[in-house]
Amino acid sequence: MTQTDFTTAIFDPARPVPAGLTDAAGRPAGKRFSVYRNNVAVSLKEALETGFPATARLLGEANFETLAQRYLRARPPQSPLMMLFGEGFADYIAAIPALKSLGYLPDVARLEYAMRQSYHAGDAAPLDPAKLAALPPEALNRARLSFAPAVRLVLSDWPIHAIRQKALEPDAPNPPGTAQPVLITRPNYDPVPHPLAPEQAVLIAALMDGATLSRALTQAPRADLGAVLSLLLAQSALTDIDVETPK
Amino acid sequence: MFDQPNTLPAAPGVGYKPQHYSDILADAGPVRWLEIHAENYMGDGGRPIAQLRFLADRFPISVHGVGLSIGGETPLDPSHLARLKYLCDWLNPASFSEHLAWSTHDSGFLNDLLPLPYTNATLARVCSHIDQVQETLGRRMLLENPSSYLAFAESTYDEPAFLAEVSKRTGCGLLLDVNNIFVSATNLNYDPRAYVDAFPLDQVGEIHLGGHDEDEDDHGAPLLIDSHGREVADPVWTLLDYVLEKSGPRPTLIEWDTDVPDWATLALEAARAEAALDKVPA
Repeated sequence: MTQTDFTTAIFDPARPVPAGLTDAAGRPAGKRFSVYRNNVAVSLKEALETGFPATARLLGEANFETLAQRYLRARPPQSPLMMLFGEGFADYIAAIPALKSLGYLPDVARLEYAMRQSYHAGDAAPLDPAKLAALPPEALNRARLSFAPAVRLVLSDWPIHAIRQKALEPDAPNPPGTAQPVLITRPNYDPVPHPLAPEQAVLIAALMDGATLSRALTQAPRADLGAVLSLLLAQSALTDIDVETPK
Repeated sequence: MFDQPNTLPAAPGVGYKPQHYSDILADAGPVRWLEIHAENYMGDGGRPIAQLRFLADRFPISVHGVGLSIGGETPLDPSHLARLKYLCDWLNPASFSEHLAWSTHDSGFLNDLLPLPYTNATLARVCSHIDQVQETLGRRMLLENPSSYLAFAESTYDEPAFLAEVSKRTGCGLLLDVNNIFVSATNLNYDPRAYVDAFPLDQVGEIHLGGHDEDEDDHGAPLLIDSHGREVADPVWTLLDYVLEKSGPRPTLIEWDTDVPDWATLALEAARAEAALDKVPA
């Protein structure tokens, strides 16, 4: 018997217990093999629930259990780092026809995965606001921002910030009828989600992409640059600012 | 074989849980060292790494891997081994240990410690993987005895003889999980003291204790499950006394990984381990 035989039987309870596995008296292992089946199914489902608590609540216990058991068989973790388990969970959810009515669910899962990655991201010294303040206004236009490794931006057409909050805390306000892209910052050790106006999200996406401030503003002309910069500075989301040399 | 820059004290330790961080710093009680699961500290930064750095200045740390798949039929994952080396290099832990088990297959990581047949083929594979780990990390590792729920018809070694041979061939030390002995001995119907008698106790660098659950197999025979979710059972404490009488005091860890209790409850378990250690001459 190989570990492939063992693994196949672990993931498919309909398969017989592999031959050659016994109890002390040499009888077939039977239920003893189920201990391993159960350990794998439960530990991976719990690992998924740890990373996606709001997604799990939105689905309800029974539905999440069914989805988790399908997911962990279709896409078993490819790394022993459970903090990475579920990287493709949002896309997996999005491809399930029966979940199409919960259109926001993939984006909520994306937000949860981004929150977890932010938690484990590298540390970085924040930008000294004096460096930004010292720039003359014309230089500011040509400036590019460097973002802290823990910063994430999750774009969505759904109010995913409020949906997640409501799933985790039933007393939270009801979700609005508008889109809520989310910026995640980590000013200390706890990731903080900030709901954004779509225009702000476009601006931040361009800045994170390496655009100069003026280029980013052309993509999001109605965004309030001052407000966005204040938020990024206050949240220690920036690590540096570089001014492009004029051509 | 390798220089060990620091070592675990022959005293109680506990498996570290982040919810106990403040309690440990306020009053660690009888706990003199901490064990972490390596895979939880392989992120790039943030709170886990910051807490670990702070604790490592105050306590000897044991790094316990749960994802290397030492017994796997596939080669060791080079990127995982590199992450382990990075962690051991910056942390310089007092000990590194892993399991006589497998958890990774071509299709993915199964997140459980799966069993191995004790054959010459397994022996060769496990020894080659341990050689690779010890050479990469530049340190001696400890290998832990598993808890067993079933037996392999093809096995030609008993477990103590298998582990003794691994230790002899690779120079690795051993981690003796006394709860695992009790669980396996009950499940596979052998005498746990005979297991201890056959075990190369001089190679034991650390002892583990954890709680187990009780179930039954298809024939109504007891089937104990190594759950790490409750107090250490009384017969396991008795078996610990038997081990310590023969081995002398060793670093002794309480593992409580599911339904994690408050610090006071965990510290009580550590105090019980301390009392057991105090009974035997150094």
